[in-house]
Amino acid sequence: MKWILVVAIVIATVASDLLQSYEMKQVGEQSVSAHGFARLLQTIAQRRLLILGVAGNAVSFFAFMALVQREPLSFAVPASAASYVLETVLAKFVLHERIGTRRAAGAMIVLAGVVLVGG
Amino acid sequence: MTKRRSSLKTWAVLLLFLALKAGGNSAMAWGMKHVPEQMSMDPTLYIRAMLNPYVALGIVALILALLTRMALLSLADLSFVLPVTAIGYVISVFIGKVFLHETVTHQRWLGTVLIFAGAILVGTTSRDKTGDEA
Repeated sequence: MKWILVVAIVIATVASDLLQSYEMKQVGEQSVSAHGFARLLQTIAQRRLLILGVAGNAVSFFAFMALVQREPLSFAVPASAASYVLETVLAKFVLHERIGTRRAAGAMIVLAGVVLVGG
Repeated sequence: MTKRRSSLKTWAVLLLFLALKAGGNSAMAWGMKHVPEQMSMDPTLYIRAMLNPYVALGIVALILALLTRMALLSLADLSFVLPVTAIGYVISVFIGKVFLHETVTHQRWLGTVLIFAGAILVGTTSRDKTGDEA
């Protein structure tokens, strides 16, 4: 069960990361004042892909709630780093990016870390 | 001078994000451990869990963390944000051990350090072709 929740968190996180990164670059620089946050919320409401990105966050969030109820925080948070592995795999096979040795090595090291954390 | 100020702002927003994330995670973990019903696919369980004050506090902090991270992404490239926020993995294990009294084995510490190192390696390889700003 714990790994099912980890997988749900990872998939939802990666999808929302890609969408948010793409959309926020289009929106431009934001400020962190109360007014800035209000404007950010307004921006989210106006952009469909950004809403989808936030929905991904919500899914990963509920799965995280269920995970920290069953498992220690010191497992839950590091295990969610498996998202780096999925992002790298997606970049190669879906976006057809060329993955350098450095990034491939990084993803493998993260994967090894997740296995150790879960073991 | 503008550049210096904007980089200070980036680091300030980064620190705010790490603090909100760490605080939110701990409150959430602490609260969820005290919710009697086991979470499943039933959405009403999550709504009821949110009535726990620690869970509610965690949610507020994590929503603010999410917004702060979005603000951070507008200030800096993902290839900067991913590696510098990777320290959050180490922070969360530390919090689990010190504040939530979890047992953290040597194996788990080693795994966490590997994740931290791997995340930095992955994060510092630039993915997108921006570079026209900064």
